[in-house]
Amino acid sequence: MMPVRGLGDSVTIGERVARPGLTRLLRGRGRYVGDIVLPRMLHLAFLRSPHAHAKILKIDGRAAQEAAGVRAVMTGADLKDHCLPLLGAAANRVGHKAPPQYPMAVDRVHWQGQPVVAIVAETRAMAEDALDLVEVEWDVLEPVVDPSVALEEGQASIHPELDDNLAYEHVINTGDPDRAFAGADCVIEGEFRFHRQAALTLEPRGIVADYDPGADRLTVYHSHQSPFQMQDVFAQHMRLPESSVRVVAPDVGGGFGMKINTYAEELAVAVISRIVKRPIKFCADRLESFSSDMHSRDHEVSAKIALTSDGRIEAMAVDDLSAIGAFGVHMRFNIAESMMLITNMGAPYSFQSYRARGRNVYVNKNIIGMFRGVGIPLSCAITEVLLDLAADRIGVDPVALRKMNYRKPESMPCVTPGGSKLANMRLEACLDRLVERMDYKALRAEQQRLRSQGIFRGIGIATYIEPVAYGPLYYGPTGASITSQDGCTLRLEPSGALRCVTSITDQGQGTLAALAQIISDEMRIPVGSIDMISGDSTISTYGGGAWASRGVMCGGEAAIKASRALKENILTLAAAVSQAQVDDLDLAASGVINKRTGLAVMSLSDVARIGYFRQDTLPSDLDVQLSVTKSHVVNNLTYYTTSGVQASYLEVDPRTGCIRLLGHWTVA
Amino acid sequence: MSLNGATCMGEAVSISVVINGEPVTREVKARQSLADFLREDMGLTGLHLGCEHGVCGACSVMVDGDVIRGCLCLAAQVDGKSVETIEGLSDRGVLEPLQAAFLRHNAAQCGFCTPGMLITGYDYLVREGDPERDGIRDYISGNFCRCTGYQAIVNAIEAVAKDARKAGEAR
Repeated sequence: MMPVRGLGDSVTIGERVARPGLTRLLRGRGRYVGDIVLPRMLHLAFLRSPHAHAKILKIDGRAAQEAAGVRAVMTGADLKDHCLPLLGAAANRVGHKAPPQYPMAVDRVHWQGQPVVAIVAETRAMAEDALDLVEVEWDVLEPVVDPSVALEEGQASIHPELDDNLAYEHVINTGDPDRAFAGADCVIEGEFRFHRQAALTLEPRGIVADYDPGADRLTVYHSHQSPFQMQDVFAQHMRLPESSVRVVAPDVGGGFGMKINTYAEELAVAVISRIVKRPIKFCADRLESFSSDMHSRDHEVSAKIALTSDGRIEAMAVDDLSAIGAFGVHMRFNIAESMMLITNMGAPYSFQSYRARGRNVYVNKNIIGMFRGVGIPLSCAITEVLLDLAADRIGVDPVALRKMNYRKPESMPCVTPGGSKLANMRLEACLDRLVERMDYKALRAEQQRLRSQGIFRGIGIATYIEPVAYGPLYYGPTGASITSQDGCTLRLEPSGALRCVTSITDQGQGTLAALAQIISDEMRIPVGSIDMISGDSTISTYGGGAWASRGVMCGGEAAIKASRALKENILTLAAAVSQAQVDDLDLAASGVINKRTGLAVMSLSDVARIGYFRQDTLPSDLDVQLSVTKSHVVNNLTYYTTSGVQASYLEVDPRTGCIRLLGHWTVA
Repeated sequence: MSLNGATCMGEAVSISVVINGEPVTREVKARQSLADFLREDMGLTGLHLGCEHGVCGACSVMVDGDVIRGCLCLAAQVDGKSVETIEGLSDRGVLEPLQAAFLRHNAAQCGFCTPGMLITGYDYLVREGDPERDGIRDYISGNFCRCTGYQAIVNAIEAVAKDARKAGEAR
């Protein structure tokens, strides 16, 4: 294995580098939202609905108000007029409807766990104690939890302001699927059920909101992936000038997409801070996180595939019923999972005709939101299972069937029948390599041999495509204030060290380490001499934070641009001081060198000290710029396509159903 | 558990405890957990609360040399005992080899589980010291990590155990 380069080394891209900043976390010196204590800070606990569907008839918080340490008891109705509701409908999706979501339930609750009352007290324990003293009178309604039932004729909408429970329906028709299925040699159908999942970050969601009435200014410390998005959310919904809102994401204990969502209850914390004029901390405990962190998946899917007798795919069809929970998701739109599923079905394979329908349905369950993968693992699972069933039916080897149907490199770039734009895929080469690495033939022979001895082993092959590093074409048309642009500010310090402020955020992915490595590669400065700063909506360029596997691609490009610009400025200054030509100079570990002789010209510290403290010695027309800022956006593509093939070899115990993984291979 | 306003405060208990080598005497509430006491009263935020019911191990600390869960222990229970947290163990230097291995193997991502993982890993090395992966996995099975998939963490602990064994054989 390649040796790990230390923090004192300047490194090149591709080397293994110790992660700068990690020693802080290894010594318990991380600073997560739960660790933050502000003067006069109060703590908040929510009374959450025990019912999935009910009307709130009366709330009596008088006893709670009298309890020890309690400073405020607030209901949804108390907050309603202090902010605008969240709206989770995408502007470019015709017919997409979403009910307004106020910070807390106002007159009815829509899922078990929805906040109904907030208690603010001197300590979290005191706030929790007082929850038991709140009396709520409910009119319990029949919950609608099955999406098929939710869509039945005559079924009342769970939101009185909507006509029915269908949030959005999307239909795709490409080619002639009717004809393809009617005339096909082989049609395989399957029903698929994907249960709900919880992202379960080890650090639950948390927020400290600090409204300062003196400055009419809101500062929020937020365990979130995008402080910029939340700056917009708080400013718009609390009607504050955006210049008066600062959102800081300190260390974040895992995000996985779940912490990119916009939560009404987190807006509630900020609104209450404004009302009580004191900083307020809310950190969800584990039980709350299970019932209120947005869930993912929950799909019932029917799908089919049509093939010729020799195994060529002619058509696919999919019908996705997606139970998206009680509300839409502001800015991130929980129709995304179904849209991803139906646009990416069968994407690795070449076929002409496609029919898809995705129905997104409101039900009385916790809201579905973003979670890593967003629909694509589902389309992959469905496609690959259908292919395996087809291979079995036709009597073709599953590897051969895939190879026969892969999109060819020469067909790239292309748009799939589902509407997915693909480029630069070489799936056949990936599969060939995979088969070789796993010794597919030998495993098949072993599988057959052991089957006769009552040992059940299976080989699974799955081909995936994953769009990453989304450009503005994805969120731009939806109307959401989500930028796909990210930036980097680089500042040379007088000592020759660097400070980097990036709009990319890092919840443990190591993105900041990758950016430091990129800068080190360009500037020949040790990674340990680059201070990486991120997570503050006010100090970097406006950016996107962490979403859709784009940190290194967008933030990294910005870091390269900023590095090159700063390098140019440093060399220009050094050239002026040393009376050399800029083109003759370069940066090396020792500082500025003469490219031709390799000799040191001056150290970075010398450059910086002259640039900051002895400008009087420089030509008066030399514009000294030792801080530079650059941004990057992928504006010529919707996204980059990544792809690959993976294989698993496993054994099933037929008596217990227990599965043992024997091997896993991946080629991308 | 439902408690009314009068009793919720609980009785105050005076405890004397040595925390990271420093003697401390404090009034604590009878119901206050050790984790809340260390985080809120002592400002030792290196231990984290991931579940508050003894499942995730993020609040692991050492009490008289044993690893315990700060969320399942009352502050009142450590009266007369010695408590060490990630901050104290780090400052004392005993975690250095393991921390260096965690850095080398990138055995931490978001860092939330990491203090508990390091303390449990250290305890394994002190008590078992066996560089067997199954043994390491079994020992850290009470510490949840949602980011890494554990592989790098086991690698790091295994590397330190192997180094210690080599050093032992050399002697």
